[in-house]
Formats: sequence, structure tokens, C-alpha cells
Amino acid sequence: MRKRKGSLARKKAWYGVLFSVPWFAGFLFLFFIPLMRSLHYSLSTLKLADGGFVTEFEGPANFRKLLLSHPTFNRTLTESVGNMIVNVPVIIIFSLFAAVLLNQKFKGRVWARAIFFLPVILVSSAIADLESNNFVTGVLQSASGEDGQSQFLQSFELERMLLESGMAKAFVEYITGAVDRIYEIISSSGVQILIFLAGLQSVSPALYEAAKIEGATGYEIFWKITFPLMSPLILTNTIYSIIDSFNNNAMSDLISDTAFRTFEFGLSAAMSWMYFLVIILILLVSGWLISRRVFYYD
Amino acid sequence: MRTELQALRKYTRRAHPLENVKRWSWIGLRSLLVIGLCFIILYPVLMKISVAFRSQADMYDPTVLWIPKHITLDNFKKAIKTMDYFTAMKNTFLISAGTTLLQAVSCALVAYAFARLRYWGSQFLFLLVIFTIVVPPQTIMIPTYLTYRYFDFFGIARLFGGRGVNLIDTAWPFILSSLLAMGLKNGLYIYIFRQFFRAIPKELEEAAYVDGCGIGKTFFRIILPNAVPAVVTVMLFSFVWQWNDNYYVSLYFNKVKVLSTQLGMITTALHETFGTDPLHVSMIMNTGMLLVMAPLILMYMFAQRYFVESVERTGIVG
Repeated sequence: MRKRKGSLARKKAWYGVLFSVPWFAGFLFLFFIPLMRSLHYSLSTLKLADGGFVTEFEGPANFRKLLLSHPTFNRTLTESVGNMIVNVPVIIIFSLFAAVLLNQKFKGRVWARAIFFLPVILVSSAIADLESNNFVTGVLQSASGEDGQSQFLQSFELERMLLESGMAKAFVEYITGAVDRIYEIISSSGVQILIFLAGLQSVSPALYEAAKIEGATGYEIFWKITFPLMSPLILTNTIYSIIDSFNNNAMSDLISDTAFRTFEFGLSAAMSWMYFLVIILILLVSGWLISRRVFYYD
Repeated sequence: MRTELQALRKYTRRAHPLENVKRWSWIGLRSLLVIGLCFIILYPVLMKISVAFRSQADMYDPTVLWIPKHITLDNFKKAIKTMDYFTAMKNTFLISAGTTLLQAVSCALVAYAFARLRYWGSQFLFLLVIFTIVVPPQTIMIPTYLTYRYFDFFGIARLFGGRGVNLIDTAWPFILSSLLAMGLKNGLYIYIFRQFFRAIPKELEEAAYVDGCGIGKTFFRIILPNAVPAVVTVMLFSFVWQWNDNYYVSLYFNKVKVLSTQLGMITTALHETFGTDPLHVSMIMNTGMLLVMAPLILMYMFAQRYFVESVERTGIVG
């Protein structure tokens, strides 16, 4: 940097520019240009040629093909979006619950926390893929008197009880479905638990003490103090969970298969753009819905 | 205040025995929940450990539930051989450690610029960081692949009539992307760092400036040592996620062996070498999964306390 007479503020600004140069170069060359190229590819066909590749502009043909005649695209997209919409609320509720539980004082809390964050370390799409058709666990469960993998944590009794108590069928299926997928939910809510836990610890204890002296029960304290103060974090966590669900789902598999198995690069780019637009739409809608109800303390 | 409250609590306990019942039943319920959930989390890992030491006969023996009758290391030997475990682990470790270090530096630098060294337009650039978090990596998958397949630094090679270099199957894609803060989930790391730097009191920097520290020196000598929790969090996250990552590794590597891609191929490889007995194959597969997890679990056992504490203090919260 040139030595020049300037105020500290100006010098700081120059250093700021200097510090952001690597990121900005990365953003430009590894993000923005690829993003524009991918938009270009999605509107054309890509052919590998000698020493490179050539593109032929085709207009929205790829998109038309996806929406009207592709055998699996529509189904996969609705399925993965559907799964996301089903899973995110369960993950949010469970992680808030787990964070409140882990925030209390009890013996062995350090151990319990360590175990709850283990999934953050172990979550891996490669392992998850293998796990889904793991023969050994199935055999072991049937050997020990249970009936197959899914039986490990099934909930027929719960389902029957809830149905007989007169709850709506869709609601019951949602709850029991969540109970059946408990491992999947726990393993994808590690980071969310951490965020809630950090938030819970920043709540001033004076609020709780005042509430207790006024005679509030634990239930009231949760709904009137903890929950409103956690509401900004619910927004953060919802957005994080939605983004996190990209990592490994049927849609991302379909996109990479289309590109690297069947070499239809243009089609794959079009798929990823459709997927991206749907996600942005979901993020905007859910962000708007939640942020209207968020409570800010200061 | 505290003692008053405790006295109050003691009083209610004596005067209303029902309060006592309520308290104990809550403790009971809580322990049940915590222990149950911990069991669900640990179950797959424990099961894998148990299966890994079994011989084939134990699998068909209904009296063996957890502890095998014939303890053997056969599964380990076979899994290590099929996966080429030690080569793959070395590669995975080098890539994870290298990207972790580079990303920590590049993300911390730019985050400090966004937090404290504001300049015209830096707010907007931070919005762009958020935008990079939101875009799914699949959207730029093909151009990214083609960038490295026919790598051409700012079009220099084409200028001299060359064709560009093939960087697939080298470590360069990882080095470049993490050096330029565009690797796996780097937007999130920039966000974490920025939140933390903003919480460091301004007086600290001002004191350093008054004492004659330059801006660069202030960052490396004053700010970074004060940001240890954030650094630890980011480094742990990036190491672990890079270790488990399947997407970038399979995009950049065709032939180089790393753990997560080896694991993806293990089933077919096992069918070729050990015949088609699905139970035997899947026993070895389980052992393979355990071997991939093992270094992380060992690391976590030593680092977990530090990890949990530092994440809590990071103020990831915002």
C-alpha cells in the first residue's frame, strides 16, 4: 500500500479492501461467473468437443423438456420439497426442546451434551446412503425378536391411542412419522441445538427470577419468556435447516446423475436452476411468515 | 436474591409435599428422556462396534446380542484392504487439514473487513456472502467442474494459444477454493467470524492503535488471539465437514482415493472379492463405516468439551 497522509478511517477502509480481495476474487471467479455460465448452459445444449466444449443456444427448450416430458423430475422435485416442508418444523421443535432440556442443571450434563452433538461430527451423506440399505442391522433386529429395521422404533400403540382419542388422521400420521424417523431428525438437528443453547444461555437470569417470584409456573415461564426470546433464533434455525437439507436429497442426486452419468449438462443446469428458484421461494415465504411473529427484546 | 429464592423454595417444599412429588417426577421424566435420546444417538455406533468384532458364525447365532462369542479382527483386515484404508485416510487427512487452515485464514480476513474495516459497499458485499450461502452448490456444479477441467487462469493460456490445464485429480481445486474463501460452506464461516469480531470491544483495537500497532498487526496480534472460540468452532466444523464431504470430493477427484468416495464404492468392490453372501459383505461394510468414523470419534473424545464450550461462546446466534 502506498504511504499517504490520511485519517485512520481512510487507512482502515483501504485495509478493508485489501482484506476482502481474496474473497472477492473467489466470489467473482468461483461463484458469480460460474453462476452466469450455469444460467447460459441451462438455455443451451453442451457438447464435449476436441480440447473443450461447445454450446448451442436453444432458448427455454431444456426447461420445457423438464416440466413436460422428463420422466422423474417433477416427482423428485415435489418429493424433496415435500420432505423438507415435513422435516423442518419437526427439527425446529425437537431442537428447541432438546436445548431447553440440556440447558437445565443435572448430573452428567456435560456427557449428555457431548453425546447430543455427536451427530454433528458423524453426519455424512456417504454413510447415510449405505445405512439406508444396511443388511446387518435388519438381520440383528429380527434375530433379537424384533421385525426388521423399521421396527426398531415403531409406534403402532401410540398411533392407535391417538386415533382413538379422536385426533385427525393426517395429524396423527405426521406425529408418528416423526417418531419413527427420530434418528434422522436427531442427526440433522445438531447445529440447531447448538444455536438454541447459545441463545438460551444469553437470556438474563433476572427475567426468570422475577417471573418465579411473581409465581409463574414452569409452563408459563417457557411460553411467556423463553419462547418469545427464542423467536429470532427460530427464524435463523428455520433458514439454516432449509439450506442444510440441500446437502443430501434425491434432487441433488438426480442433478449430478444427469450431469455425470448421462452427460446432459444443459438439462442438469436447467434442473438446478429450477431447484434453486423453488428454494428461494420457500425461503422468502417462510422467512416472511416467521419474521412477522418474531419478538425482539431490544 | 439467590438465598431468598432458595429459602422460598425450601419453604414451599416443607409446606406443600405435593411440590416435592412434582419436582421428583420432573427429574425422573427428564432423565428418562435424556438417557433415551442418548441411547438412540449412540445405538448405531455401538452396534457397528459390536458387529465389527464378530466372526461370521456369530451373525447367525441368536444368543449373541451385543458381545460376540468369537472375537476376531478379520473384518477390519478385509475392510482395510478393500478400501485401501491408509492411503485414503492420508489423502482425506491432508485435504481436510489443508483446507481447514486456509479457510480459517481467508474467512477470518474478509470477516474482519466486514466487521470493522468498513468501506464503501462493504455492507452490500456482505449481502453477497449471504447469497452464496443460499445458492445450492448444485447450481454451479457443472461450470465449477469445467473451470477446473480446462483450468485457464484469467484466460492467460488461451492468449498464448494454449488450452488450459486439467486440474481434476489434483489438490489444486481444494487449495484454490479455500484460499479464495469459496470452499465448502465458507459463507457460513464468514458469518460466524463476523458476528464474533463485532462483539469484541472497540476499545481493544483503539488501545492497540494508540500504542503504535498497524492495522494488520492489530488483527493478528490482538483480534485473532481474542477470537479463539470462533477460530476453534470454524476449524472444527470445516475439518469435520470436509472429512465427511462427498459432493466436492467426487466432483474434483476421479482416481484419487479418499475415505468418503471409497466408502461409496465399497459394496461393489466387496461383491467382487468376497462373493455374494450379503450378510458377510454388509458386515465388512459396517466395519468400513466404523473405520471412516473412528478418527473423528477419537478426535471428538478429546476435543468435545472445548468444542461445546467454544460454540456456545461464539455467538453464532447473531
